[in-house]
Amino acid sequence: MLDMILTDYTLQIVSLGSALLGIISGVLGSFAVIRKESLLGDAVSHSALPGIALAFLMTQSKRTEILLLGALISGLLSTFIILSIVKYSRIKFDSALALILSVFFGGGIVLLTYIQKIPNANQAGLENFIFGQASTLLKRDIQIMGILGVVLITLIVIFWKEFKIVSFDSDFAESLGFSTKKITTLLFIMIVTAIIIGLQTVGVILMSAMLTAPAVAARQWTDKLSVMVVLSALFGAVSGVIGTILSSLVSKLPTGPMIVIVISIIVIFSLCFAPNRGLIWKYFRNRKKERTINEDQVLVNLYRLAMNHEDLNHSHNISIIKPDKSMTVKSAKELTKKLESLGSRGLAKKDYFNKWAITEKGLEYVENYFKKEEL
Amino acid sequence: MSPQMEIQIIAVIVAVACSLPGVFLVLRKMSMMSDAITHTILLGIVIGFFMVNSLTSPFLIVGAALMGVITVFLTEMLNNTKLVSEDSAIGIVFPLLFSIAIVIISKYASSVHLDTDSVLLGELAFAPFNRMKVFGIDIGAKAIYSMGGILIINLLFVIIFFKELKIATFDPALATVLGFSPALIHYSLMTIVSITAVGAFESVGSILVIAFMIGSPVTAYLITDNLKSMIILSGLIGGLNGILGYQLASFLDVSIAGSMAVMTGVVFLLVFIFSPSRGLLTIVSRRKRQKIEFAGKSLMFHIYNHEGKEEEALESGIYTIKEHLQWNEKFLKLIIKELKDKEKIYIKDDIIKLTESGREYAIKSYEEIVSGF
Repeated sequence: MLDMILTDYTLQIVSLGSALLGIISGVLGSFAVIRKESLLGDAVSHSALPGIALAFLMTQSKRTEILLLGALISGLLSTFIILSIVKYSRIKFDSALALILSVFFGGGIVLLTYIQKIPNANQAGLENFIFGQASTLLKRDIQIMGILGVVLITLIVIFWKEFKIVSFDSDFAESLGFSTKKITTLLFIMIVTAIIIGLQTVGVILMSAMLTAPAVAARQWTDKLSVMVVLSALFGAVSGVIGTILSSLVSKLPTGPMIVIVISIIVIFSLCFAPNRGLIWKYFRNRKKERTINEDQVLVNLYRLAMNHEDLNHSHNISIIKPDKSMTVKSAKELTKKLESLGSRGLAKKDYFNKWAITEKGLEYVENYFKKEEL
Repeated sequence: MSPQMEIQIIAVIVAVACSLPGVFLVLRKMSMMSDAITHTILLGIVIGFFMVNSLTSPFLIVGAALMGVITVFLTEMLNNTKLVSEDSAIGIVFPLLFSIAIVIISKYASSVHLDTDSVLLGELAFAPFNRMKVFGIDIGAKAIYSMGGILIINLLFVIIFFKELKIATFDPALATVLGFSPALIHYSLMTIVSITAVGAFESVGSILVIAFMIGSPVTAYLITDNLKSMIILSGLIGGLNGILGYQLASFLDVSIAGSMAVMTGVVFLLVFIFSPSRGLLTIVSRRKRQKIEFAGKSLMFHIYNHEGKEEEALESGIYTIKEHLQWNEKFLKLIIKELKDKEKIYIKDDIIKLTESGREYAIKSYEEIVSGF
């Protein structure tokens, strides 16, 4: 397998392309996800289709840069229309997305069927943009992707502070005197460009996943935007390369969907295992919290008993410690376990007859607890 | 019946059937769910196909509808972890399910007729070839009956559960208090959406399903405030889009489904711009009028504030006032002209002065603003 990667020229080109795509969409996707605009990717990529078809109709050329320019223009136009609809009517963002997505895609299909009717038009390959056809990537395409990628990432670095602030709190940005309108527009243009770059590889339908998934996965591992952007680029690149290699190892596996499956697995893994935010961590943390809360309750009961008897060392049987609920064998066991745990924390003590009492330290803990509650 | 007629009938039936659940998707801010569902039903069809090995079995429709509901469920599960926002959850779930479907198709099903293009794009032109026969007698295109059935189901659903749908959409809390679960209504609606999408994609393709589900309700939403009239209007608009789209397609000899989506966009655009109550033209002119009115009031407050004081000549002087209001010259001239025409102000010795009615008006509107707080 390794020497296949090292020797197969097409595979190298395609892997490099997918990696570049992963990096670019990972970086720009981070901003889209934070701004809750990840579905914009879906709308823009579908809306690129009529642009591609029109570019071909007007120039009769299938050069990547011309087709992508057409895609870029129609992608930007669709974004502009979506934002205008939201601004000038009561229609919500999601409805505007769905509407424009289907209308533009329908327009693209109309143009594609129109092109098919033109005699001598060598239109074969235009439909590849719908599902993506990574294997058709040429060295020139990679160069275009590379140049665009460098431009986009340089812009991100230059306007880092501005992009960060409009992504998190654009009202605050405005109050600081940033021109949010210009910065947001620039960011939109860059996100649309990133989407267009991916069309050839993963196609209009799956491009939204490339924009969303790496960023969502990266988000789980960190709370810092800079780390998130780098991680997201890394996840994007890794899934691009692995997806490409998998699809070439097994015959008839399409590249775009394989990349999406790989990045989705990374997302699921991140959701489960990322420290702090991950579901598994959360589960254990919740259990621990539940346990301490229950232990606190037991301790408060001990405290009340001690207060009633006005004697700290007066010990009690477990059936008295938890008087409010009927005791079963199971809950008695649990209660003993909690008391043991309280004992090991030095908050309660056991006497020779297996009876329990609160300690000085336990008293202090409970009193502090109530004080905190009062605050 | 001629095939052309049949195609248009199918288009109208599909449009109306889609717009019924679509109205509620739009109102519940779940429009993009239609996008997700129309894509993931492909996986349901693929899995169903491998289980029964037939493309005509009704089992496929069941599988696909189930997959639509699963999509909604997965999206909500992901959203409920609070780790992923709702839009990102949709953006992750449906591409994954769709990718799995495409991988399975390209790996195993390339020998059978199950290609992704027809799912996405559909071809209405072929619908009349698929005939419905009862005892060997041709009684019309199959799609008319299958979509007609779905239309009836949707109609019954909306009519029977109209009150429940309405309350669950506009006030979920009230729905819970009244004793019916919003979740149940939600999943019933999603099942209806999935079944409709499955039925419709065969004839028109999944993208057009979105256009019909969202496009016509959104257009109707711009015209009316009443839920009942919104449902009826979106059905009418959907039917109109279908017929116009067919005419366009046969005129240009292009994809029928695509043309219908385009016509949906055109009709929406016209309503968006020209709708009398909330059209773009109305809104822009209303905003402009409000701006002028507000600026007029500001100018009068300014003059009133400096009336009779030492600095009046400077603050309210016709050549210097623009420095104090920080307006551009053209705008200032427009406002002054407006107010002069209404005889609220007059100019004396190059100083702007309030007329008697102007002063009264300024005081009255100032009090209105203050009492508003």
